[in-house]
Amino acid sequence: MAIPKVIGMETEYGIILRGAAESNPIAASSALINAYVAQVQRKVGWDFEDEAPGNDARGFAREGSTPPEVETNLVNTVLTNGARYYVDHAHPEYSTPECASPRQVVVYDKAGEKILERSMEAAARVLPPAQGIVVYKNNSDRKGNSYGCHENYLVDRTVPFSRIVQQVIPFFVTRQIFTGAGKVGTEAATSEPVPFQLSQRADFFEEEVGLETTLKRPIVNTRDEPHSDAQKYRRLHVIVGDANLAEVATFLKVGVTALFLAMVEDDWLAEHDFVLAAPVQALRKVSYDLTLRQPLELAAGRTMTALEIQWELHDLGRKYAEERGLDCLGGHEAGRAVLQRWEAVLAGLESDPMALSGQLDWVAKYNLLDAYRQRHGLGWDDHRLAAMDLQYHDLRPERSLFSRLPMERLTTDEEVVTAITEPPPDTRAYFRGKCLQRWSSAIAAANWDSLVFDLGTDPLRRVPMMEPLRGTAAHVDSLLEGCSSPAELLERLGS
Amino acid sequence: MAERELKKKQAPARTEEVVEEAPPATDKGEKLKAELDDLLDEIDEVLEDNAEEFVRNYVQKGGQ
Repeated sequence: MAIPKVIGMETEYGIILRGAAESNPIAASSALINAYVAQVQRKVGWDFEDEAPGNDARGFAREGSTPPEVETNLVNTVLTNGARYYVDHAHPEYSTPECASPRQVVVYDKAGEKILERSMEAAARVLPPAQGIVVYKNNSDRKGNSYGCHENYLVDRTVPFSRIVQQVIPFFVTRQIFTGAGKVGTEAATSEPVPFQLSQRADFFEEEVGLETTLKRPIVNTRDEPHSDAQKYRRLHVIVGDANLAEVATFLKVGVTALFLAMVEDDWLAEHDFVLAAPVQALRKVSYDLTLRQPLELAAGRTMTALEIQWELHDLGRKYAEERGLDCLGGHEAGRAVLQRWEAVLAGLESDPMALSGQLDWVAKYNLLDAYRQRHGLGWDDHRLAAMDLQYHDLRPERSLFSRLPMERLTTDEEVVTAITEPPPDTRAYFRGKCLQRWSSAIAAANWDSLVFDLGTDPLRRVPMMEPLRGTAAHVDSLLEGCSSPAELLERLGS
Repeated sequence: MAERELKKKQAPARTEEVVEEAPPATDKGEKLKAELDDLLDEIDEVLEDNAEEFVRNYVQKGGQ
């Protein structure tokens, strides 16, 4: 049986410092995060003990490729909601806590946007009056520089990685039809003009499989860093997605991917071969095709459209749900919601894509920009449309174009605000967040799979958290309530 | 289930349609466009003043 799909999402935000002669994005990102953390909590640093981003899931060493750098000297904090908030590659990055259902990812992703919004306000109070930091939740500067929104899924270690690679590539290539955040133009060399495309990121992928994340990006990233019990688990690190603002798009992105991975784990797709003849080219072809009708060549010789592949996968998913259930998606109801939305959105894409403008980012953006373009008689290459493309992702409420659109919500304002400071109750993030809330002064550092306590007398004490689904409210609430000090907690944990 | 099969039966018809440059406009699409009109009436107030300069100055370091 597929294991529960614990999910997390990391977003690198675009950042600009306005009103300054020179702008250093690393300094601006640090100022932004420090301003926020200073006003909400004592800063607890990240513990790098467990970081090994150079390990390759295919089982071989880093020969011939550049291992990703771990930047240990930059701002790097853990928040009381269990999230990580830090500077990465000259961008502010927010990693959600581990979530137990797709909808919970949406809540914590939206909480991340609010944290960035509050960070901009906090930074404005400490910067010179003429200056301001502005943050964008997008993936490209339109000049060939891209930054990512990565998803992470807990996968059973016993599943052969080669199976994951083979089956997941056509899924990733075709899911763009609902995950794309939309982009005016292209940043790749193309033979035909590209007025508008589905995806922010498709232009930047050059390989099918690999360890890189910053150059020659691969559709399947092989980073093997489970952040949990490496004998039992794999963390599939997905770098091919766009950062979404639309809640339905985020929900479908992580929900359908988690369901798909459950099917891969249970070898549900063994008799179905969607292997593409040229995946990297297909990734762009799908992104450039607003008609959703271009055929993709399969290795087996026939052709299918992205929509047809998604329909077949949906049908397989529905049968999977009937026979195996969907408990691995955070409960049967949570799983049903994913299947139903997947079907509704595929049906919408088939009959009238533009009617999905309240649900999907690429459609919302296309509709808005196309209406503006027609009103003013502009070509797609007009600067005003490029500017609106960027401004769609501006996180300032008074400037955001996204926030002016009538988008469907899956979350409430109240639960998003709560998620800014409160951890999800049903993963190990709960233990991390609650310990930080109660005893931050006794916590020397934290990371995904451990907390390091400094009680002032003994050597530092590490509490390992190798099981992503242990340390939940159900497990530790009474333990935490019964402890009046971190020393007592450690004693009772036997650490 | 029946509903889904109906959709599948419709599918072959698509192959004979002319592939269009942009998604087809429909009645529902037109209605959404009308709603967008109200938004467009207000949007100039929030758009960046100098689009060309704004786009030129939006430069990021590559990330992951």
